[in-house]
Amino acid sequence: MMSYHVVIGVEVHAQLRTQSKLFCSCATTFGHSPNSQTCPVCLGMPGSLPVLNQLAIEMAIRVGLALNCTIRADNHFARKNYFYPDLPKGYQISQYEAPICENGWLEVSSHETAKRIRICRAHLEEDAGKNVHQPRATESRVDLNRTGTPLLEIVTEPDLRSAEDVDAYLRSLREILMYLDVCDGNMEQGNLRCEPNISLRATENDPFGTKVELKNINSFRFVRDAIEYEVRRQSKVLSEGGTIQQETRLWDEVQGQTVVMRSKEEAHDYRYFPDPDLLALNLSSEMIDSIRVTLPELPSSRKQRLIQTFQLPEDDAEILISSKALADYFEACVQLFPHPKTVSHWVMGELLRELNTRNISAQDSFMTPAQLIKLLQLVDQGSISLKVAREIFPELYAGGQNPESFVQEQGLSQVSDEGALMRFIQEVLLNHPAQVSQYQGGKETVLGFLVGQVMKASQGKANPGKVNELLKKALSQSS
Amino acid sequence: MAPALFKLSLKELQDLFTQGDIGAFDIARSYLLRIGQVESKVNAYISLANKETVLAEANAIDTDLRQWRKTFPLMAMPLAVKDNICTQDLRTTCGSTMLEHFVPPYDATIVSRFKEQRYLLMGKTNLDEFGMGSSTEHSVFAPTRNPWNLDCIPGGSSGGSAAAVAADECVAALGTDTGGSIRQPAACCGVIGLKPTYGRVSRYGLVAFASSLDQIGPITKTVTDAAMLLNVLSPHDPRDSTSTKQAPPDYTKAVKKKDVKKLKFGVPKEFFSDGLDPEVERHVRAAIQELKNLGGDIREVSLPSTDWAIAAYYIIATAEASSNLARYDGVKFGHRAKARKDLLDMYQETRAEGFGSEVKRRIMLGTYALSSGYYDAYYGKAQSVRTLIARDFQSVFEEVDCLVTPVMPTAAFPLGEKLQDPLQMYLSDMYTISASLAGIPAMSLPCGFTQTGLPIGLQLMGRPFEESTILRAAYAYEQSTQWRKKRPPIR
Repeated sequence: MMSYHVVIGVEVHAQLRTQSKLFCSCATTFGHSPNSQTCPVCLGMPGSLPVLNQLAIEMAIRVGLALNCTIRADNHFARKNYFYPDLPKGYQISQYEAPICENGWLEVSSHETAKRIRICRAHLEEDAGKNVHQPRATESRVDLNRTGTPLLEIVTEPDLRSAEDVDAYLRSLREILMYLDVCDGNMEQGNLRCEPNISLRATENDPFGTKVELKNINSFRFVRDAIEYEVRRQSKVLSEGGTIQQETRLWDEVQGQTVVMRSKEEAHDYRYFPDPDLLALNLSSEMIDSIRVTLPELPSSRKQRLIQTFQLPEDDAEILISSKALADYFEACVQLFPHPKTVSHWVMGELLRELNTRNISAQDSFMTPAQLIKLLQLVDQGSISLKVAREIFPELYAGGQNPESFVQEQGLSQVSDEGALMRFIQEVLLNHPAQVSQYQGGKETVLGFLVGQVMKASQGKANPGKVNELLKKALSQSS
Repeated sequence: MAPALFKLSLKELQDLFTQGDIGAFDIARSYLLRIGQVESKVNAYISLANKETVLAEANAIDTDLRQWRKTFPLMAMPLAVKDNICTQDLRTTCGSTMLEHFVPPYDATIVSRFKEQRYLLMGKTNLDEFGMGSSTEHSVFAPTRNPWNLDCIPGGSSGGSAAAVAADECVAALGTDTGGSIRQPAACCGVIGLKPTYGRVSRYGLVAFASSLDQIGPITKTVTDAAMLLNVLSPHDPRDSTSTKQAPPDYTKAVKKKDVKKLKFGVPKEFFSDGLDPEVERHVRAAIQELKNLGGDIREVSLPSTDWAIAAYYIIATAEASSNLARYDGVKFGHRAKARKDLLDMYQETRAEGFGSEVKRRIMLGTYALSSGYYDAYYGKAQSVRTLIARDFQSVFEEVDCLVTPVMPTAAFPLGEKLQDPLQMYLSDMYTISASLAGIPAMSLPCGFTQTGLPIGLQLMGRPFEESTILRAAYAYEQSTQWRKKRPPIR
């Protein structure tokens, strides 16, 4: 089979985290009984009219600025007309000729190299509802709770060249959206949806091939799987002398393949035209600037700062900035305990494991930065051993206790007192004369065994550094 | 008790009521009797309010008034509302099979305001289906008849409202105007009709025909009544993004002076072209002379883009309609066809059964105009024409305060005459469409009668948000003439 150059462009639908819908005051929260989060406006009742949610505009501008876009001063909404039961008005209010954000870019690193992905546009639109098909039922039902939820559709130029590129782009984009606090970024729950379009060509100098759009991809893994499958499928077709049909295909996660959803001939003529129910949105440069100054530090610059300020390895910084909350947590810890390497070790290791087990964000951590630092200080002061600290971490995390009192209650304090340690050492030396003579005969590796025996005798409470030191001294004296 | 309260104007009825000379119950009973006498001949209403409900509300108003003594301008006033404006208590059909049994779950903003003032809703008036027509013949609830001559059309699409006011079946009514649907029936029925500036009155709850043109306005017996109603209609509504935040003036202050001194009137020559009936022209010219006698400065002006108005209108209005009417698909409300094989079949059958021929014609026209490959040539071009028309008005209004023209090229025509000829029907809007496209305020008032006794309308147009100017001119003209004293022959 010939190998081809892959060209990919990506459309991402990000659900904005507003309290209310894009054009009415209904709540955007999910999980309620069907059609309970609706009003005449989102039901498309005759005579109802849309009123734009200003917060959604602000969020779109935040994203646009973070993606280095031009914010259009004169953007407006358009109607996208098509019939479907989950679309109560018979049209979706979207943006067509004049999107709110245009001509931006996002730098991502894929295959160890930095790459600039151009963003063609990002526009606001309302989500549709949901058709519910029950097995064996003769009728379908429609739930319009989701109708009117604000979405920002972010569209790239065809700048991506592989599934890895798309993965890296999506992860960076998701981080930014979460840093900006405008999207929950959960692909499984559908508040971040990715629709890549893929085409192949023989060489990089050839014009673009016919593209195929993929839908229904709801996890990062499926993004890779679907793209890789589609590249293989198209390569095969082309290698065999066939041609690619312009079409939309659905990812079937069970079969692990893409299947045709609709062909070009079946494509809708959406008959876009400016929505006369909404005024053109004139955004002043003052308004845009006032939003610009509130932008938080974005993941890429934060990563650089963590590397430079705290001398962290790049991989550590990458993990820490993967969530704004985690990076915030780390920085709060370093404020209290200026040992960045130790802190990052614990945050990325023990803490992240507990968070991941519970599937929660660092901002909802049961253990505060102050509590974690208390634990690290106990280790630092030699009050407990590193081993004990690791062992008690899960319990400490789950219980949310103060590490100091927990250690005391459990009698876990490390023994550093020389007199007490010497009693354990004498006992061990007495009970292991063979090993003692081996050591004294020059086999120094046996020291580890003896240290282990002392630790065991102290039920793990002995300070291993101190044990080492005292044991060496005792062995040299008794020889 | 005063006899025949139904003959009074809104102002007269309100005065008697607030002075305590009559009660709400007297008003309700008088109008219910009148409706009983003439409605079967006129067919102004699609749905009448329940008699007992009206009388009970009237009683409640009288009782509360004795206790609280608090009145509102529209309290106990018997009004009619066009049946494309949502009312929670009464079905809102738009004259269509599609919405024959549709009871809205909410009130239009304007209706809520009327309710707060404790008006009496007498019923929902007939219209061309979804407001698409100029004769009220395109209603599935049978045509309304003109109270001046039952064999003639009442105009349209607010024919039911205009006929109800002319036949004294309500003291005033709400109409809606997209291309002339308030002014044209007002002219046919010899009453006052005011289409406010686009954005002056909330559209929330008005079932959309063409969103960028639709506007609710009053249809009344006198100019003063129109000003009174406009006061209630005009305040900003946050539920309608196109509703202006500019605070309205008190329009009743504009209807005091009986002259038009210092007002400059323009007579656009394009509005006196070939299609104009000589009898209509004679009366309109006489009215212009009368404005001159009242101190007005009259001059001929030109609106050169007028010829393109109808073409542009029928593209823009139908394009918007094709989208606005997409929601009637049988899924959520309104009619749903019984026979249905699959989803597409349900859509097709529902819409085939639910819409009348004129509505289908316009949906097809509009769908075509927006189609890919045709958009620029039709919709895009029509929008450019619209801009030119608005500019014509802008430059003319630098010179004059008010424009005077006929409302319709002819008086009301016989029922059925133009039903088979949509283009002829469309031409009856030729003088009203320009103001709709430009979004400027315009009103219709009686300026005489044909030899066969049919009313003739005079149109006044003003600058955006200067309803006061045209109300002032209309009032002066109304007071200097006797037309308003002539009543339709219907008993």
